[in-house]
Amino acid sequence: MAVTNAQIYGWLERYAGIVAEQKQYLTGLDAAIGDGDHGINMDRGFQTVMVKLAPVRDKDVGTLLKTTGMALVGSVGGAGGPLYGTFFLRAGTALDGKAKVSDADLVTALEAGLKGVVERGKANRNDKTMVDALAPATERLRQYVDEGAPLEEALAAAADAAEEGMKATIPLKALKGRASYLGDRSIGHQDPGATSSYLMLRALSDSLASVPQQAKTTTS
Amino acid sequence: MAEAAVTTRLKKLINTPETEVKDALAGMAAAHPDLIRVEYDPNVVIRKDAPKKGKVGLVSGGGSGHEPMHGGYVGLGMLDAACPGAVFTSPTPDQMARATAAVDGGAGVLHVVKNYTGDIMNFEMAAELARGEGAKVNAVITNDDVAVQDSLYTAGRRGVGVTVLLEKIVGGCAEAGADLETVTTLAKKVNANGRSMGMALTSCIVPAAGKVTFEIADDEMELGIGIHGEPGRERTKLKAADEIAEILTSTVVKDLPFKRGDEVLAFVNGMGGTPLIELYVIYNAVHKYLTGQGIKATRSLVGSYITSLEMAGCSVTLLKLDAETTKFWDAPVHTPALRWKV
Repeated sequence: MAVTNAQIYGWLERYAGIVAEQKQYLTGLDAAIGDGDHGINMDRGFQTVMVKLAPVRDKDVGTLLKTTGMALVGSVGGAGGPLYGTFFLRAGTALDGKAKVSDADLVTALEAGLKGVVERGKANRNDKTMVDALAPATERLRQYVDEGAPLEEALAAAADAAEEGMKATIPLKALKGRASYLGDRSIGHQDPGATSSYLMLRALSDSLASVPQQAKTTTS
Repeated sequence: MAEAAVTTRLKKLINTPETEVKDALAGMAAAHPDLIRVEYDPNVVIRKDAPKKGKVGLVSGGGSGHEPMHGGYVGLGMLDAACPGAVFTSPTPDQMARATAAVDGGAGVLHVVKNYTGDIMNFEMAAELARGEGAKVNAVITNDDVAVQDSLYTAGRRGVGVTVLLEKIVGGCAEAGADLETVTTLAKKVNANGRSMGMALTSCIVPAAGKVTFEIADDEMELGIGIHGEPGRERTKLKAADEIAEILTSTVVKDLPFKRGDEVLAFVNGMGGTPLIELYVIYNAVHKYLTGQGIKATRSLVGSYITSLEMAGCSVTLLKLDAETTKFWDAPVHTPALRWKV
């Protein structure tokens, strides 16, 4: 199935709503091992995104994603701004000039976004970062799509993989960013970046599915 | 009693936490119209006569709350632009990209970045944006804080006092007309030859947080503090100034290491809440220690130049000098916070 710009706009709008709703939850996770502003920053960022998207919402998917990236880069600050900003800028660039986005194009775009995050943050798997949710999700998405699974099913599986990756950050010791200064004290806490990344992928899955699930936000 | 303490903590000369940075920038613009201009949204402090044709542009930036760094160093012989973020928060790439465009006189632009995760990522993005517009951009990262061990803290050593000295020396070199590669090489040399260590007597209050960043008893000090109230190396009982100066200086000396016969610039910096008389007490001890080690402080800087809001305390920075760095340290400078020979 082809992905339309309306569906991508729907994803971003849905995620903006989830971030607003989960602002305190994300900030609480960050307060435990960071500087306690992740939810506040992401909410400010996605409010800006929705304002910036309004005049371009009928444009191509690449433009929607790049506009989202620029809005985040200019409004979030700290490390979250460049990381999420890069994710959307790279994903958008991968879809430059495409009137229609195929399943394979969407996978390629998300892979480009992940690659951008890894390059920007220089984080490896198991460093207790957003990569721990994004990387397994992207891998599972690629696997499902390559095997010919319907996109809906592939995205749901990817969101499940992100959720597993997010929960798997709990026992990890942070090796990147401000949480790394805590050393062993970062163990036992779920990473806020992995959490917001999981929510983003669940929102993508839900917004492209005919019968959306509810995003799960509970810690295990 | 606890309530009284909280009231005292919020005693600041601000209108609202949200407007503090912009109000201060407007004040700088009003006070120094001969040296700088200020743009808002994105917030950038720009040298009045930028861009200078054929001159390498020097851009720095970081969280606010470290004044006079960096906006106070914009002007002749130092920075061409500074990007102030929210208090203790990295500025965003649109600020650095705007600053880069505003000061690019065709000879390229050097970004001076302190080693903090957010600062590095935001400056990297800005450099990519600026390069996309055709600008030549190099970056140098300062990481001179000996209190942070690379092996323990994966984010690496923090950029502190050397940043100020680097901006002056490299600014002098750029003002003299050197090309981007020469300016970049000098910047890396200055960072490689400088080391710092700080200590705090008190914490500080980020206005938006409204409470002290860390608690510290009246008879304690925190050794190895950063410039945002990050954890130090050690919490100990307060000691006499001479002893504190010796701890800081000897740790710095051993780290590079500085050797007998070296000529250095000795920089005693106030963290924002410490009076100059105390900084000179510290300088006296630093000087004595260096003399005892056979290290000659041929240049000095004493005052509050890279601060942490109202934190009381100091840092000691030593920079090994050679003919080139000495010449550009001595070169004319005219900025809101540093001025000599002009």
